[in-house]
Amino acid sequence: MAMMAMTIRNSASRRTMMSRPIFGSRSMSSWWKNVEPAPKDPILGVTEAFLADPSPDKVNVGVGAYRDDNGKPVVLDCVREAERRIAGTSFMEYLPMGGSVKMVEETLKLAYGDNSQFIKDKRIAAVQSLSGTGACRLFADFQKRFCPASQIYIPVPTWSNHHNIWRDAQVPQKTYHYYHPETKGLDFKGLMDDVKNAPEGSFFLLHACAHNPTGVDPTEEQWREISQLFKAKKHFAFFDMAYQGFASGDPARDAKSIRIFLEDGHHIGISQSYAKNMGLYGQRVGCLSVLCEDEKQAVTVKSQLQQLARPMYSNPPLHGAQIVSTILGDPELKSLWLKEVKIMADRIIGMRTTLRDSLEKLGSPLSWEHIGMFCYSGLTPEQVDRLTSEYHIYMTRNGRISMAGVTTGNVGYLANAIHEVTKSS
Amino acid sequence: MASSMLSLGSTSLLPREINKDKLKLGPSGSNPFLRTKSLSRVTMSVSVKPSRFEGITMAPPDPILGVSEAFKADTNELKLNLGVGAYRTEELQPYVLNVVKKAENLMLERGDNKEYLPIEGLAAFNKATAELLFGAGHPVIKEQKVATIQGLSGTGSLRLAAALIERYFPGAKVLISAPTWGNHKNIFNDAKVPWSEYRYYDPKTIGLDFEGMIEDIKEAPEGSFILLHGCAHNPTGIDPTPEQWVKIADVVQEKNHIPFFDVAYQGFASGSLDEDAASVRLFAERGMEFFVAQSYSKNLGLYAERIGAINVVCSSADAATRVKSQLKRIARPMYSNPPVHGARIVANVVGDATMFGEWKAEMEMMAGRIKTVRQRLYDSLVSKDKSGKDWSFILKQIGMFSFTGLNKAQSDNMTNKWHVYMTKDGRISLAGLSMAKCEYLADAIIDSCHNVS
Repeated sequence: MAMMAMTIRNSASRRTMMSRPIFGSRSMSSWWKNVEPAPKDPILGVTEAFLADPSPDKVNVGVGAYRDDNGKPVVLDCVREAERRIAGTSFMEYLPMGGSVKMVEETLKLAYGDNSQFIKDKRIAAVQSLSGTGACRLFADFQKRFCPASQIYIPVPTWSNHHNIWRDAQVPQKTYHYYHPETKGLDFKGLMDDVKNAPEGSFFLLHACAHNPTGVDPTEEQWREISQLFKAKKHFAFFDMAYQGFASGDPARDAKSIRIFLEDGHHIGISQSYAKNMGLYGQRVGCLSVLCEDEKQAVTVKSQLQQLARPMYSNPPLHGAQIVSTILGDPELKSLWLKEVKIMADRIIGMRTTLRDSLEKLGSPLSWEHIGMFCYSGLTPEQVDRLTSEYHIYMTRNGRISMAGVTTGNVGYLANAIHEVTKSS
Repeated sequence: MASSMLSLGSTSLLPREINKDKLKLGPSGSNPFLRTKSLSRVTMSVSVKPSRFEGITMAPPDPILGVSEAFKADTNELKLNLGVGAYRTEELQPYVLNVVKKAENLMLERGDNKEYLPIEGLAAFNKATAELLFGAGHPVIKEQKVATIQGLSGTGSLRLAAALIERYFPGAKVLISAPTWGNHKNIFNDAKVPWSEYRYYDPKTIGLDFEGMIEDIKEAPEGSFILLHGCAHNPTGIDPTPEQWVKIADVVQEKNHIPFFDVAYQGFASGSLDEDAASVRLFAERGMEFFVAQSYSKNLGLYAERIGAINVVCSSADAATRVKSQLKRIARPMYSNPPVHGARIVANVVGDATMFGEWKAEMEMMAGRIKTVRQRLYDSLVSKDKSGKDWSFILKQIGMFSFTGLNKAQSDNMTNKWHVYMTKDGRISLAGLSMAKCEYLADAIIDSCHNVS
């Protein structure tokens, strides 16, 4: 992709250096001749293809958006109630560049703990962001601006957009071992070796819980070891937490990796998203936080984060933030939310179990030890293509299955199809 | 803003290098900076190792958004906020349009879901916004020559276009008016697109330096991007006349430049959506390829919902398809897909004949209030000022803002002595002015103009 962009750049600059076409021809040719069609996004393109498919049997296990057991999108009750309270009555004045203060406060409590000393000491620089993507992008731009010689270590595999984000921020990327295809589990040794071999003070991207796309997470004990090694190497840990509450059903438990790092004294960065756990996908609500030395530094860092946001979008959107503050600021609504998150997580865990049981009954050799919305099926791109063309089952070509798209209605069909395309391999 | 960005870049030293001296580790690895804090149950050792971010300095307050913050902190009763361009009622209250409340209630009743929008945004919104701009049934729309992507209001839409320019026109320059909205420079700086200024504001006449503008556009290297304000120029309020727009289009075409319109006030300037789109439509008539960034912050009062669009008019449907795909590629690593709420509101309002009519009426009302207050300010100045100074420039200006002609020191006087908050370039937002306060403001302006240099 980088090569293609380079070619386009070179040909465009050659074009500008040549003599310009005369005015008469301008009206017939286009400025945009050198613009090639961009490749379809590997994740969002799947849903496009799914929507276009007329088959009644079609199944979408592509994008990670939660579906109920009827395969329908869900708007949480707590969200509906919050919207009722705010509809038609709210002002629409610009939020500050850093976003809704109330929403950020509540969001930090989720990640750092309700009684976090860091929050009390005001040591966290935090801004409302455009969901997880926006938080990662702001951090990547911030890293580029203030640690220009740094690189980012990204796990293999990871959410594909991570690569786009750090690339567009012009931060060079390196990878570290994560997924072990043979065991379909964590390549812990490979991971630790890469952490050890990275130059001191490197930046690492970690998935706090429910690794996307594999669904494979380190155990608590492994997280502790990772944290100790990070300490020895003075690495910077940046956590992408897109599934808090969604992985185990318990937000505190899902934040364990972060809490371990905080206990061990790391100054970390965190991207948080409400897309999945509050079902606010399209509202684009999230938060970027950076734990600093002291309050003064937190104020300074926050000012610089705002400086990066201003020429990108000026200030973040209000509606989603209002929903979040309304819910988290009201004990009853918050408790309703926690219940609903657990229901979603439980349904997914239940579906995962059912899918595994169905596959085992069919005699499939695949194993299903994973957690969260996704799992890496181990299917090859060719097998995925067969699933789509023969069975109208849509997923990303890396074999990632979004469990949220599995229902009691389609789990049998799905298991059967997977078994059919994999039994000979 | 540009200069502050440059200085920031030079202070970003590798933090590790600065702090090597500060970190003194004891032989057993114990850290003399170690502090122990007791939390609820866990005693944590917080190692105060030197931060990587040691070298980071405080960013300057935003020159526009910072004004509101200063205003909030002021306890004086007479204070007046003429800083940020957000519409206020006569009672100086923020205003949520009735038609917006209606749309929101409709959306709530319908129980719309909150799924991700596609990267390019809500299709119904994209259709509506292009039609509002060019007119439904316009050839560029019928022939599918416009690539339209929902963006994060005006700022986000400008940024997408800037990134496209950087990627496909490396080295090409953007010309921006002197002066222009403060954030334009930030956007092009952060997108790494070089820019320079064309003359625009003439302080002597407090009007348009048209000859200077044409000269500078002619001088620019062929194929430059020319940033034009579609209507209601921000910050001056000074727009070219229809005849002047024709000449601008001539010289832009002659030099093979690419026009880049920022349309943040359609409907808000004159009160008429069509009238305010005249400049853009003129260029479309010419068959030119160009950019248009739109915002619904002001005209639908949707400030906080960040709703706007970037439109790229191309000479063919094929080019438009390709351009759209590349705009998506820029948006994905920025925010993945845009926020749905504001887009739905716009689509609902424009898509329903009754609500659309109501919107037009509310917009006329807002634009009308501003015109009335503008007249009242002029009348107050003329009756109070005995110096014979010609204040008619105030009536010639259009839109939310007025360039008063006050310099920085005079603007400071407005704030320090009169508690009138405005930006240092002499811009006042008439949207924040009530009839009741016109006389007070006139006094302040007259004092600052004549007694401060």
